[in-house]
Amino acid sequence: MPSLLLEIGTEEIPDWMIREALESLRTNYESSQAGNLRGSIDLLEGTPRRLTMRVVELDPRMSDLEEIVAGPYVSAGEKAAQGFAKKHNTTVDALRRESDAKGERYFAVVMHKGESAAAILASALPDIIGRINWPKTMYWTGKGGVRFIRPVRWLVALLDDQVIPFEVAGIPSGNTTRGHRVLGSKDPIPVASGTYEDLLRDNYVLLRASERRTRIAAGLGKSVQPDNDLLNTLVYLTEYPTPIRGSFDPSYLELPKEILITVMRHHQRYFSLVNDNGSLAPEFVAVTNTAGDPDGLIRQGNERVLRARFNDARFFWEVDQHRPLPARVPDLEKVTFQAKLGSYRDKTDRVLALACELAEQAGANKLTVQRAALLAKCDLTTDMVKEFTELQGIVGGLYARAQGETEAVATAIYDHYKPVSMDDSIPRTLEGQIVSIADKLDTLRECFKIGLIPTGSKDPFALRRAAQGIVKILFEAKLGLDIQPFVEEIPELPNFLKERIQFYLRDVLGLAYDEVNAVLATRITTLPDLAERAAAIHDIRPTADFEPLAASFKRIKNILKQAQVEQTGQPDPNLLAPGPEKDLYQAFLRACETTQKIAGYREKLAAIASLRPQVDLFFDKILVNDPDPAIRQNRLALLYSLLTEFSTIADFSEIVTQGASA
Amino acid sequence: MDSFQDTIFKLKRYWADRGAIIQEPYDLEVGAGTMAPETFLRVLGPKPYKVAYVQPSRRPADGRYGENPNRLYKHQQLQVILKPTPDDVIEQYLGSLEAIGIDLRKHDIKLEEDNWESPTLGAWGIGWQVMLDGLEITQFTYFQQCGGIDLDLVPAEITYGLERIIAFLQNVESVYDIEWAPGVRYADVRLADEQQFSVYNFEIADVPSLWQEFELHEREAHRLLNLFKSSKQKDRFPVLPTYDRVLKCSHLFNLLDARGAISVTERVGIIARVRKVAVGVAEAWNQQQNSEEKAVA
Repeated sequence: MPSLLLEIGTEEIPDWMIREALESLRTNYESSQAGNLRGSIDLLEGTPRRLTMRVVELDPRMSDLEEIVAGPYVSAGEKAAQGFAKKHNTTVDALRRESDAKGERYFAVVMHKGESAAAILASALPDIIGRINWPKTMYWTGKGGVRFIRPVRWLVALLDDQVIPFEVAGIPSGNTTRGHRVLGSKDPIPVASGTYEDLLRDNYVLLRASERRTRIAAGLGKSVQPDNDLLNTLVYLTEYPTPIRGSFDPSYLELPKEILITVMRHHQRYFSLVNDNGSLAPEFVAVTNTAGDPDGLIRQGNERVLRARFNDARFFWEVDQHRPLPARVPDLEKVTFQAKLGSYRDKTDRVLALACELAEQAGANKLTVQRAALLAKCDLTTDMVKEFTELQGIVGGLYARAQGETEAVATAIYDHYKPVSMDDSIPRTLEGQIVSIADKLDTLRECFKIGLIPTGSKDPFALRRAAQGIVKILFEAKLGLDIQPFVEEIPELPNFLKERIQFYLRDVLGLAYDEVNAVLATRITTLPDLAERAAAIHDIRPTADFEPLAASFKRIKNILKQAQVEQTGQPDPNLLAPGPEKDLYQAFLRACETTQKIAGYREKLAAIASLRPQVDLFFDKILVNDPDPAIRQNRLALLYSLLTEFSTIADFSEIVTQGASA
Repeated sequence: MDSFQDTIFKLKRYWADRGAIIQEPYDLEVGAGTMAPETFLRVLGPKPYKVAYVQPSRRPADGRYGENPNRLYKHQQLQVILKPTPDDVIEQYLGSLEAIGIDLRKHDIKLEEDNWESPTLGAWGIGWQVMLDGLEITQFTYFQQCGGIDLDLVPAEITYGLERIIAFLQNVESVYDIEWAPGVRYADVRLADEQQFSVYNFEIADVPSLWQEFELHEREAHRLLNLFKSSKQKDRFPVLPTYDRVLKCSHLFNLLDARGAISVTERVGIIARVRKVAVGVAEAWNQQQNSEEKAVA
């Protein structure tokens, strides 16, 4: 059974795109004509300069296909039959004759010879390669030319040891690969399919990501701060990774570790090291794309670059202190928040006002919140943040502390961008949480007001993240803040926020779809309250009375809908017939009393669920649609009261009950 | 050890040997080698072109009064344009590093994704920053669009940051310690420049005058572009002098920005104004190139 070896040789592909490109290559292959050759992909690997796929145990050719083609009726005459036979390279005698409703008819049996694997691959591979999905592409052969991530420079396409002939972007497929840019052979290297990986290794290319990863990990040592994202980046940024260790002058440790780590990690892609006591050590590990550094030149070079970077940071730190944060508030006038939304000075004013309102509601220290909200964005005007933008907020917090603001203010500023992702933690203090919420809420409100609303995957202002951040803080800090008043007058914003709440309840708290819908169908109060209500439903759900009662609520809702009842007065007890109707009313009053008396949602729900026998009996025995309009109206009022009274916790009709049709 | 100027000679020689013409710097203030007409205009149109030149590049906001060892108001770029891009462009580029004495087998070289975009020029490209032992020494860009126009032939733009590379080669900590020529330091040649322009750009430049200048140059650019539209002799129309006005506008914008004279609401608008004339010039030049092409054919 033949094997296919495909290697797409390119100029350096951005590290973060390689894995997805390989998956795309796999999908394209499997969904193409070549996928019908069965076979299995036993190697799918990429480095910055190559994407490689090997498919083994291919069918040598597609199986032959027999096609039966209907021809003319015999009654159409000799000429027609001859014409048909000729068209299919046969004779009239060799045609089959079969009868159908209209009479006897000729049929030709046409054999389609299964194409060879080589032929199928030659025609399918250009498309399989060309349709790899890249986040961003370029052209290089001239206007209108092929688009790919970077220029394709060579192609290996072998079926066993035979070249499969095709072309992509003017590059003919062949049987030669290239080694490492510097360490490998200067000339193209002939490939035999069996020795491909070894050939690459001899030319300083470790094809398998797992092998590169192991090689890097082995050189890290235990005092290195684990950093999986950085490790992945380096795995796909190198063909022959070799870690080297360097050091820096301990005097730089006077700078905050946040800054040192950012310089090392984000700007230089170095791993940082820690001492036994957890403090930062004056050392780093750089991962080179070489076989080693016998003369120490690479180490010296990297140390020199890091020194210059740290000097810059120290310089920024010193210069920035000349103008403390409060003096920078007016400078925010010159920092754009969004073209149509003015400057960060304007934003600061709005956030300040919002934060004060929220602080009051949440019982936070108002002076701290005020001060933090005023200074929160000032670090955007510092040289440090202009250089290390990812440190916004953190630098503000560090400067606030260095400039004698209170610890509480410094911490609130430091944390106010948090959480930056679902995995990130929320601000540590209540004041930090308030400033963070106010900042995000302002961004959402203002963007939505001018129609900057995320659609599909387009969310340039990261509004989903902002909304999710607010939701995460409210849930996790159990803040009793009602933020509805801040969003409800802005079109689409309440729903947008609701989706994020829904996401949190379902995906983070693990509540069922319908339980979440049931609580969200009611007015959104505070998020901890929502979570409690949903959890109570989740808990009481398995009890015998609950789901049948939920089904009854659905029925009530339908009846009211059909009767077009939108509002009623209280039911008149005098119009209630003794028996099931009066019993339900009394049970209802008792349940009302209980739910008002007790605090826990579980207990309230249990009280409501206890109504089940009376509700069931009511529907068994009583016809709501009484001929007497007064009685009918009173019954509807009873049902309406029942529904509204208990729907403040959740809309039970949203619960998907067993046996009920979905 | 090679001096600053020796290294520049070697790079020019290297690219001259590979068919590039060696140009001298453009004689107006520019923020980058890309802005010189040798790049901005020559990348347009269907004619192949290879050129290399050193371009002193002024970025008023980057000035540090000569006090920061790595930051300069004006730095020197060695700009190489290869249009169209040869297939072995990266090998050629790596060869240029060998030519200035970098033994690549003893160093770590990586090409890391870095795409380039200039909103004021309506230009962008795809490429990398080239890292040598952790130091960014070159920006490598495949131009895709310039002046809002898709390019016929895709050029490679190789921009060497000369001070950085040479500080590395000479193993000095501050650019001011670079040996420019035997016995002459970079500071001897350029420190006064850095100090005085920082003072001017940040403290003294007269904002109303700068605005006036900006508007004068912008108006002249528009006048010329309008004339071009109605011109019957497009092939002799002064598009290049029009582009000079664009460069003036761009530099004045940078100065005003460094001076802190551009407010939020203005900023986006000013960039759009410069882009408008830049795009107008690119279109005019393109038209001129294509009509010449026809005349030849």
